[in-house]
Amino acid sequence: MARTLRIPSDLGAAQQAEDELLEEVARYGYTEASTFAIKLAVEEALNNAIKHGNGFDGSKKVELTFDVSDERAVVSVTDQGEGFVPDRLPDPTADENLEKPTGRGVMLMRAYMDDVRFNDKGNQVQLTKKNS
Amino acid sequence: MQQELPRLNVSSEEGVTIVELTDRKILDELSISQIGERLQGLIAKEDDPKFVLDFRNVGHMSSSALGMLITLHKRIREKNGQLRLAGIQPPIYEVFAITRLNEIFQICGSREEAISTLN
Repeated sequence: MARTLRIPSDLGAAQQAEDELLEEVARYGYTEASTFAIKLAVEEALNNAIKHGNGFDGSKKVELTFDVSDERAVVSVTDQGEGFVPDRLPDPTADENLEKPTGRGVMLMRAYMDDVRFNDKGNQVQLTKKNS
Repeated sequence: MQQELPRLNVSSEEGVTIVELTDRKILDELSISQIGERLQGLIAKEDDPKFVLDFRNVGHMSSSALGMLITLHKRIREKNGQLRLAGIQPPIYEVFAITRLNEIFQICGSREEAISTLN
């Protein structure tokens, strides 16, 4: 059954929400590798929502929805920002970007999840990870 | 929520500063900026910084942590110093490899190996 948490744009609240998701994942006995991947990708999504989507604006919320089963975990993160175009992000692995301190979050989500989808506006991302 | 100060074990061996990241979750988002500030403070004290960051206890990585390490690396280079990362567990190393940051950082299998490359 899907659960939805609405949290303030605060990294501490994000950590607590992430912990609740990971407790659910643990209940279904996901592998260490899958759990690592989910933790990494969801943390990137939450951090992006708080920092870039909502700009740390205390009046804006982040919504974390997760539906975990034996087969897969589907997680969506939605912020109240203006959105962005993920396809326009520079490639962080290009030589000229390697030593930049930011810009790797979406790339890591895509590397670790089986599926990553953004809505048209760009303020919601859905992450899917199979239990493997 | 009261945030505990992240723990680092700092020691010195053969002129090399060794920083052991003590907590599995020490590189969680909340801790990263604090860790970064403390490490920058340690670097500032050295004229010719030689640093080993020991990751043996670290079980989590994020893009923010990578960014902190990149900034640290630049600061050490600006002072003509050297940085080694040591004891990185395979899942964490994979994050460095996926982002090609294994080409930027000198990563050693162990603290001892890292120290030997600095002398």
